[in-house]
Amino acid sequence: MIKKLFSIAVCLIMGLTVSAQEVEMAETMRSSGKIYVVVACVVVLFVGILIYLLRLERKVNQLESYQKERDH
Amino acid sequence: MAFKKHWWKALAVLLILYTLIVGFLGTVPRLEILNESIRNFYFHVPMWFGMIILFAIAVIYSLKYLNYQNEIDDWKAVEFVNAGLLFGILGMVTGSIWARFTWGEWWSNDPKQSGSAIALLIYFAYLILRNSITEQHLRGKVSAVFNIFAFAALIPLIFILPRMTDSLHPGSGGNPGFNSYDLNFNMRLVFYPAVIGWTLLGVWLARLRYRTRKVEEAMLEDQAD
Repeated sequence: MIKKLFSIAVCLIMGLTVSAQEVEMAETMRSSGKIYVVVACVVVLFVGILIYLLRLERKVNQLESYQKERDH
Repeated sequence: MAFKKHWWKALAVLLILYTLIVGFLGTVPRLEILNESIRNFYFHVPMWFGMIILFAIAVIYSLKYLNYQNEIDDWKAVEFVNAGLLFGILGMVTGSIWARFTWGEWWSNDPKQSGSAIALLIYFAYLILRNSITEQHLRGKVSAVFNIFAFAALIPLIFILPRMTDSLHPGSGGNPGFNSYDLNFNMRLVFYPAVIGWTLLGVWLARLRYRTRKVEEAMLEDQAD
């Protein structure tokens, strides 16, 4: 009798802890390693834009120093 | 390239790369309806924070222009508005995408959505106003005054009015449930660097644009000689 009550109590308490797992997240993406594809793509996009930005910066620097020389 | 001058650009790049990587791989709270889209918090909100900061910097240059009448301050003001508008538009679009998948519609006339749209429209009006005046000093003065007004209108439109009424957007009358992710420590670790990184990138963009303008004007003057 006490054993039965004890096992029921254990099951109820375990039931409380399960609630944290109920919200579905992208576990399959993570477990299959596909999330790294997402990160890689996003980083590539950003680095691409960054390269464009750096080229632009270099061009403006050149023009500014050229202009400075002309002013002197 | 002197590191002293450009360190903040490298910082912007590093912070953004950090948020891109940890933003997708790090742990986030598990919330109903949002699921993984909560990670959009790392991109959508920094866009708006960045916009506010860039617009505030633009107002400072507008005030400077009214004080000293230096044309370069006018250019700086308009280029910071341009950068801020870019961030605002991106914030609007990312918010709309997020809304489609969590609220059910791209646009729901939500107070926050509408308020931000009106604020952005006022800034578009600033750009159009500038283009309608050809005389340099008049244009500078009028746009400086309009810029200050536009920023003053931004505050109630984005921060005050939406909070006073019911809205699905977090931080308003009927939304207690979202506070847990506003305060979650793991998210703050990515969120604050994201704000700093994107804002610095916005400053870099604005500076590139007004430096280009300066050089163009100098070259035109040389040609005129």
